[in-house]
Amino acid sequence: MATTWTRFRRWTRSDSASGLLLVSPAALFALALLAVPLAAVVAFSFWSQDYLEIDRTFTWANYRAAVTEPIYRELMLRSVLISGAVTIATVVLAFPLAYFISFKVADRHKALWIFLVTIPFWTSYLIRAFLWKVILGFNGVLNTSLQTLGLIDEPLSFILYNPNAVVITLAHAFAPFAILPIFVSLERIDRSLLEAARDLGESRFGAFWRVTFPLALPGVVAAALIVFIPTIGDYVTPRLVGGPDGLMIANMIQTQFLRLNNAPMGATLAVIAMLVVSAISLVFVALSRRWSGPR
Amino acid sequence: MTLRVYAILYLVFLYAPIVLLPIFAFNDATVIAFPLSGFTTEWFRAIPETPALIRSVQTSLVVAVSSALLATLLGLCTARAGARYAFPGKRPVTGFIMLPLVLPEIIVAVALLVVLLALGLPLGPWTVVLGHTLLCTPFAVAILGSSFNNFDPALEEASYDLGESRWATFRLVTLPLVMPGIVSSLLISFTISLDEFIIAFFLTGTEPTLPVYLWGQLRFPQKIPVVMALGTILVALSVLLLSVAELFRRRGLARTGAKDTGGFV
Repeated sequence: MATTWTRFRRWTRSDSASGLLLVSPAALFALALLAVPLAAVVAFSFWSQDYLEIDRTFTWANYRAAVTEPIYRELMLRSVLISGAVTIATVVLAFPLAYFISFKVADRHKALWIFLVTIPFWTSYLIRAFLWKVILGFNGVLNTSLQTLGLIDEPLSFILYNPNAVVITLAHAFAPFAILPIFVSLERIDRSLLEAARDLGESRFGAFWRVTFPLALPGVVAAALIVFIPTIGDYVTPRLVGGPDGLMIANMIQTQFLRLNNAPMGATLAVIAMLVVSAISLVFVALSRRWSGPR
Repeated sequence: MTLRVYAILYLVFLYAPIVLLPIFAFNDATVIAFPLSGFTTEWFRAIPETPALIRSVQTSLVVAVSSALLATLLGLCTARAGARYAFPGKRPVTGFIMLPLVLPEIIVAVALLVVLLALGLPLGPWTVVLGHTLLCTPFAVAILGSSFNNFDPALEEASYDLGESRWATFRLVTLPLVMPGIVSSLLISFTISLDEFIIAFFLTGTEPTLPVYLWGQLRFPQKIPVVMALGTILVALSVLLLSVAELFRRRGLARTGAKDTGGFV
């Protein structure tokens, strides 16, 4: 008994005890406010709403409805497609900028450029999304400017209240999320590798394609995931600029919870959204590993 | 050269909406469109005359300050544990704490709402504080983690060797070195909480935070100019807070003698 006690006393002064003690407040907080709630969402998805009461008998009915009713399928598919388009647009647009900051900007100005890129991200997302509505609208900034310049006669109508508007607005909102990881991975590249490639006779493009790009790939993959995962659950942008054809799954989840008072159906859609996001992300990571791995 | 042009165009794209904000906030028309009709400060003067707006600002400030303090405190402990100690389950535990960073916000909002409903707890500003603390903690951990990682553990060891107690070492050596990180974490968490909409939308109950109030106003076209004026103030405030946060972060780097890697995240 005494030895157990002394061993315990010794353990309390060890690294692992101090570490566990220090990490426990945040871990317990996340356990109580994230793990338990997520488990509750899963539980709710197997229950049903009986007027004001929650019927706690196990049922697959919500999942059946989510799979069979066209509206849910359509919204889920559209969310994936819009998020996918946003991800591709954001990453493709971000790569040249990240490359520019990493390779062309002088070291002492890099932090300033990164700061400039991150500022818009910290300004109210709600107001930014609303401003895109102002820019893209029928009488919006873009249309009136183009008309004044005489470039178009009729206002362009394909840029507001449809999925295009959602893609533009989200691509803008998530730009820094894509730039930062790509920039970090480009910064880590040993510049002498590029010199070696050039010395060994690669063209400038060859050096980029066979040295820089593969080494930057982890950053590109991280950027794609960091954009894809949150955008699929975006609520504000589809609601403001999406119109009826641009609504996404989060809008339906909100409707189920706050309007239709059907928490179990909302929970089911949330679980399905999480599963879809996780599945696509895992497949994407696996593919990128395979593609960049054995060369 | 073409890359430089591209970079500048990209910045124009990034800043386009924000540049429009003050333009329409000072424009003398209720319709948000070009051409501009004249200069006015009417919309700014309408802000203090709207009691519901003032109340929502107060709610938001209370929520943002509480969330920032809580998240920074949790982040401080976690970052310290992560930087100094090896303990069982380190990776999964810290990974789990960082999870809200990658979860769609609507999932976090829904999950918290479900639990509060199931427990029959009333919604209010404090439930928003819980949600925002969860959301801000990963940012606090990331910022403070780099502060802790950047300074030399030998400084603390030297302090122990010279006879200081653990607490005195923390107060006299560690704290001053990570102080810029703490300030930066407080400011960033405050800004995130002040701007956050979806979690607040689900959990706010009858006392809306500022973004939730603004969301309600966006439905009424005649209220939009006032929203623009308020947005201008908010953006100016965010930029100011971030510049201060960036200043502190750089000072922290200078103090610990680390190389500037740029950016918060």
